[in-house]
Amino acid sequence: MVGWAIAVHGGAGVDPGLPVERQEEARRVLERCLRVGAAGLRAGLPAVDVVEMVVRELETDPVFNSGRGSALTRKGTVEMEASIMDGHGRRCGAVSGLTTVKNPVSLARLVMDRSPHSYLAFDGAEEFAREQGVEVVDNSYFITEENMSMLKRAKEANSIMYDYRVPAPGVDSASDGLEGAKVENGPLMNGLRISVYAPETVGCVVVDSNGWCAAATSTGGLMNKMSGRIGDSPLIGSGTYACGDCAVSCTGEGEAIIRSTLARDVAALVEYKGLSLQEAVDYAIKERLDEGMAGLIAVSRNGEVAYGFNTIGMFRGCATEDGFMEVSIW
Amino acid sequence: MGCWAIAVHGGAGVDPKLPEERQEEARRVLRRCLGVGAAGLRAGLPAVDVVEMVVRELETDPVFNSGRGSALTQEGTVEMEASIMDGRGRRCGSVSGLTTVKNPVSLARLVMDRSPHSYLAFHGAEDFAREQGVEVVDNSYFITDENVRILKLAKEANSIVYDYRVPVPSADTCSASAGPVGATTDGGLQMNGLPISIYAPETVGCVAVDSGGWCAAATSTGGLMNKMSGRIGDSPLIGSGTYACGACAVSCTGEGEAIIRSTLARDVAALMEYKGLGLQEAVDYALKERLDEGKAGLIAVSRNGEVAHGFNTVGMFRGCATEDGFMDVAIW
Repeated sequence: MVGWAIAVHGGAGVDPGLPVERQEEARRVLERCLRVGAAGLRAGLPAVDVVEMVVRELETDPVFNSGRGSALTRKGTVEMEASIMDGHGRRCGAVSGLTTVKNPVSLARLVMDRSPHSYLAFDGAEEFAREQGVEVVDNSYFITEENMSMLKRAKEANSIMYDYRVPAPGVDSASDGLEGAKVENGPLMNGLRISVYAPETVGCVVVDSNGWCAAATSTGGLMNKMSGRIGDSPLIGSGTYACGDCAVSCTGEGEAIIRSTLARDVAALVEYKGLSLQEAVDYAIKERLDEGMAGLIAVSRNGEVAYGFNTIGMFRGCATEDGFMEVSIW
Repeated sequence: MGCWAIAVHGGAGVDPKLPEERQEEARRVLRRCLGVGAAGLRAGLPAVDVVEMVVRELETDPVFNSGRGSALTQEGTVEMEASIMDGRGRRCGSVSGLTTVKNPVSLARLVMDRSPHSYLAFHGAEDFAREQGVEVVDNSYFITDENVRILKLAKEANSIVYDYRVPVPSADTCSASAGPVGATTDGGLQMNGLPISIYAPETVGCVAVDSGGWCAAATSTGGLMNKMSGRIGDSPLIGSGTYACGACAVSCTGEGEAIIRSTLARDVAALMEYKGLGLQEAVDYALKERLDEGKAGLIAVSRNGEVAHGFNTVGMFRGCATEDGFMDVAIW
C-alpha cells in the first residue's frame, strides 16, 4: 500500500494582471475539487473514478476553460474535448467536438468502457452520447458572457498578429515565430496576448492506495479556434497519459504539446531513461517544447506529485494522504 | 551527405488465404509507389515532400484501405483520416472525418503548413479543404463494390463476435483479442474483432529519410470496417500512428486501439532517444513489450539511412528501397 496522491490543474499561462478576486475564486475552486478527490481516495475509490469525478467538478464550474466556461470557436460556439486514461491496463477513452454533452470527461469514460473504440468525435460522439443517455444541454449552456467578450478581443488581437505557428526565418523548430511581436505586445500564449488569453484546459492525475495511476483532461480548446480544431487534450500521449509508473495531464499551447508528445514523454523518461518523476517532468518541459509554452501535473505509483511549467503561472493544486494540501497560481 | 531510404506499408494483418492475383496486385502497387518515392529522393526532394507524394499514390490506388478503397463506416459511408510529420522541426498536421477530400494526406500537409492548428476534423476540416481549394469529390468516389460486400460480411460477423475490446476477466491489460477468443471455436485469426478473411488491412504509410538525413512519416486510412461514425483511430494521432523527429520516422498499422494505448510510433523513437537502442532493436522492443495482446505492424527509417520493420500480425504489406539500389517488397 502506498500513500495516495492527487493533483489538479486549471490551465497554464496566466495573466500577471489577473485581479486578485479572480485569483481567489480560482484557488477556491481548485481547493474544493481537491477535497472532492481526496474524499474519494480516502473512501478507497480507484484512481480512474477519482479523476473522472474531479474533472466533472472542474467542467461544471464555469471558472475554468472546460464544460461550462469553455473557450469559444471563431463562430462563437463551444466544441469540447476530453480524454481519460487508466494506468491499470493502459485503457483509454477520448472525445472531441462535443456541443451538447454536459460532462465531456464522462463521455470519454464511456467510450473507454462501453464502446469498441478509443476515440469518438463530432456527430458520431454526440450520437453515442444519446445512445448512452448522458446528460445533454443546449450549446448556449456552456457559453459565458465573459468568454463572449474575450472572443471579441481575441478576434481583434488575431487580426494584427502573425500566424503564431510560422517559424521565425532560420529557425528549424516550429516556434511561435513572433519574436518581434513579443517585444511590443508582452508575453504571448497560442498567439494571443496574455491579457486576452483564456488558459486552456483542466486536468486531474491521481494515484490510489493500490499504486494505480490515472489521468483525465478536458477543455473547450483555444479561444477563436477554427471549428473542427482538435488540440492536445483528447490526444493520448500528448495531453493525457497514464501507465503503471505514472499519470500526466498537460495544458498550454496545444500544437507544442502534440509535437512534443508531452504526457507520454514524461512517462517514457521514467521508464526508458530511469529518471525520477520530477526529473522527468523538468526534462520534458525544458527539452521537448522548443519555444512552446506549456505546463503539466504528474503523479507516480510511489505517491509522488510533481508539476512543471514554462509559462507565467499555472492554476494548480495537490494533496497527499499525509494531509498535505496546496493550491497555487504562480 | 547521408544515404536516403524509404519504406512503405499497405496494412498489417493479411488473410493467409488471399488469392495469389491479389497478392501480386498488392506487390505491384507497393513497387510502383516505392519507385515514385525513390525517384523523388534521387532528385533531392525533402523527406516530407516524398512521404506526401507516395501516400497520395497509395490513397489514389483502390487496392489499399485509404482514399479510394477505404473501409466503410457502419452506415456504408467513408470517413478518412491521415497525418504527416516532418522530423525536421517536428512539425505535424492531421485530419479526421474527411468525406470528400480526394487526398487526405495532402490536406494534413496543408493543416501543418497553412493553418494555425495541428489537427482539423469533420466539418471544420471539410471547410478548410474548400478554403484551400483542394480537389474534392462525392463520397461515392471512395466506395468500392468490394468494400460494400466486405461491410456486409463484417456486419454479420460482428453480430456474433464479442466486443473485442472487452478484457478477459482478471486480465490486467486491455486485451484487444481477448473478447472473441471464446467465440472463435473455429480457431480462426482475428484482427480488430473480425475474422481475418473479412478483415480489410487498415492503412497505408510511408517513411523516408532524405540525403540531408531528415526523416518524415505519413499515414492515411479509411479506418476500421463497420466502425461507428466519428470513430478516430491511430492513423491521424501523432505519437500513435505517425511520428518523426531528428532520430527517425515511424508509421504504424493494425489494431488502432492497441496502437493508441501503446503510443507505438513515439515509443520507437523514445526507445532510441532515451534508452539508446538502435532502430531495429527499438522496433522489436516496441512490438514485443508495448502491445500486450494487440496486433500491429510498423515501418521505420533512421537518420543514418537504416530501414526497419516489424509486425506481430500474420503478414504486413510492405516494401523498402535504399540509395544503394536495394529494393524489396513483401507480404509475409
